[in-house]
Amino acid sequence: MTTIFVTLLGLLFVTFMIGRVMPIDPVLAVIGERATQAQYEETFIALGLDQPLMVQFWIYVRDVMHGDFGQSIRTGQEVSSDIARVFPATFELATLGTLFGVVIGVPLGVLAAVRRGTWIDQIARFVGLIGYSMPIFWLGLVGLLVFYGILGWVSGPGRVGIFYQGIVEPITGMLLVDSLLRGEWDVFKSAFSHIILPASLLGYFSLAYISRMTRSFMLEQMNSEYIITARVKGLSEWQVVWGHAFRNIRIQLITVIALAYANLLEGSVLTEIIFAWPGIGQYITTSLLANDMNAVLGGTIVIGSIFVGINIFSDLLYRFFDPRAK
Amino acid sequence: MIEPLLNVENLWVRFPSRNADFDAVRGVSFTLGQERLGIVGESGSGKSLTGRALLRLIQSPGIVEADRMTLHGENILHASEARMRQLRGGQISMIMQDPKFSLNPVMSVGQQMSEALRAHKKVSKSQARIQTIKMLDEVAIRDPERVFDLFPHEVSGGMGQRIMIAMMLLPNPKILIADEPTSALDVSVQIQVLDIMDKLVRDRGMGLIFISHDLNLVAKFCDRIIIMYAGRIVETCKASELRQAKHPYTLGLLNSVPNLEHPRDRLDVLKRDPAWRDAPSVSACQ
Repeated sequence: MTTIFVTLLGLLFVTFMIGRVMPIDPVLAVIGERATQAQYEETFIALGLDQPLMVQFWIYVRDVMHGDFGQSIRTGQEVSSDIARVFPATFELATLGTLFGVVIGVPLGVLAAVRRGTWIDQIARFVGLIGYSMPIFWLGLVGLLVFYGILGWVSGPGRVGIFYQGIVEPITGMLLVDSLLRGEWDVFKSAFSHIILPASLLGYFSLAYISRMTRSFMLEQMNSEYIITARVKGLSEWQVVWGHAFRNIRIQLITVIALAYANLLEGSVLTEIIFAWPGIGQYITTSLLANDMNAVLGGTIVIGSIFVGINIFSDLLYRFFDPRAK
Repeated sequence: MIEPLLNVENLWVRFPSRNADFDAVRGVSFTLGQERLGIVGESGSGKSLTGRALLRLIQSPGIVEADRMTLHGENILHASEARMRQLRGGQISMIMQDPKFSLNPVMSVGQQMSEALRAHKKVSKSQARIQTIKMLDEVAIRDPERVFDLFPHEVSGGMGQRIMIAMMLLPNPKILIADEPTSALDVSVQIQVLDIMDKLVRDRGMGLIFISHDLNLVAKFCDRIIIMYAGRIVETCKASELRQAKHPYTLGLLNSVPNLEHPRDRLDVLKRDPAWRDAPSVSACQ
């Protein structure tokens, strides 16, 4: 528990300091360049900038504890409500992408390890290599060109068709879930055809990573002696692979999947920009370009906390899957 | 003539490589009845691979060839993989060197043992549990109910090896291959583990193949001994007549073992003659 607390406090401190050393005048960002000297000083004090740095930090921590990240200059709203709006979009995209990567990547990696050196292994490694080395913006553009522009199988950029925008009252903020809960089938269909391309693209990248790691974990286990024991017992190959070898890589795999998931949750800025996806990556980038430091800091802290949270969660799963960790 | 449990003629284990094939086992022949057969040899003499070849568990690219390899008269050289799975564990089983590595670290003792039984016998989970606990008791494990739920890292080496023995004997196989079963164990528990194994194997009228590099141990626990060198059998003899061995390699092995009752200042160094690689094997006792 203490480690978590210290980690989060460190995260706050670093982000706060970065915000303060940036060559951006927070006062000018609020009042604009043509304000008078008197207005400038008034705002300077209102923002608490006359206080010592440590006091400023303390006030900031206290506000953050209350869920208050300050106001966004760009949108004119509370940063917390902005994040509550943009984060579900990223969450939806990242979850779907990770699901895709796990469902295809894990069996592919296992198969590649078991059939090592055969054509299926070659294909798995080739797929992984492309996923590792292709820049995502290029694949994204080509994907849009082919599947949206030429074939017309999916919808283009954005979260949902323009006619369906704002129809569904948010519950969770995730459009796929909300439209289902509200029974809006047409909205769901439109949202699905919008999300499928960016989600598979992100999924492809996590697939490349997950299948490569699964393959190497499995290769290591398949050479273990307990695998020979399992075969001596007369078990089928399926039981040997999934019942024995795979059981032993679950722990390592959790770490890999958690990292891949956290990576996508951090907001894949490039993907979100190419697909005009109103997620947290795009939010932070736009805010940064508009000198909107409150929004940038708030977004960074939320992402950092999620990262810490996912790591805690995967540590908890360790205890569940590894008898030696108890 | 009664068909022996196991009959092997001219067994070869070959690993093809780009330049020249490597022959790990080169034309080994022997039979096994309801007896305890020891296979002794130095590292790389092909004794372990002989054991694995009998289970057809030589990993590709390794190749197993033989003129004859039968179990109860059934050809196991060309048996289907499905048939081999029935035979493995069910008829012929194997114990390996170190229980730390040969038991699955994330499965409980009971889980692994029940699985071995249920792979061959149609029994319910609760029946499997009862039989497993009974078997743990037979290998002299105290408080078997508790051990049933332990994980391999929670048991000692000697206990682990007894669990291994119990697990492999659970489906009642006819042959047990023990591949260096005590080499990883503490000297003080070696004999204890071997005594338990020996008793179970004899009570059940099984055939035992005891693979080891420890000549004294093999002489103590076996009826017959095969000495292997460079993938071949150089000598076969009765354990009781080991002292009358003729082959210079066997004599070399015997002379390089220290003896407490007749201490010597200097032990002989084993000298190897390349000609042994291809010379025909000798038998001390015909």
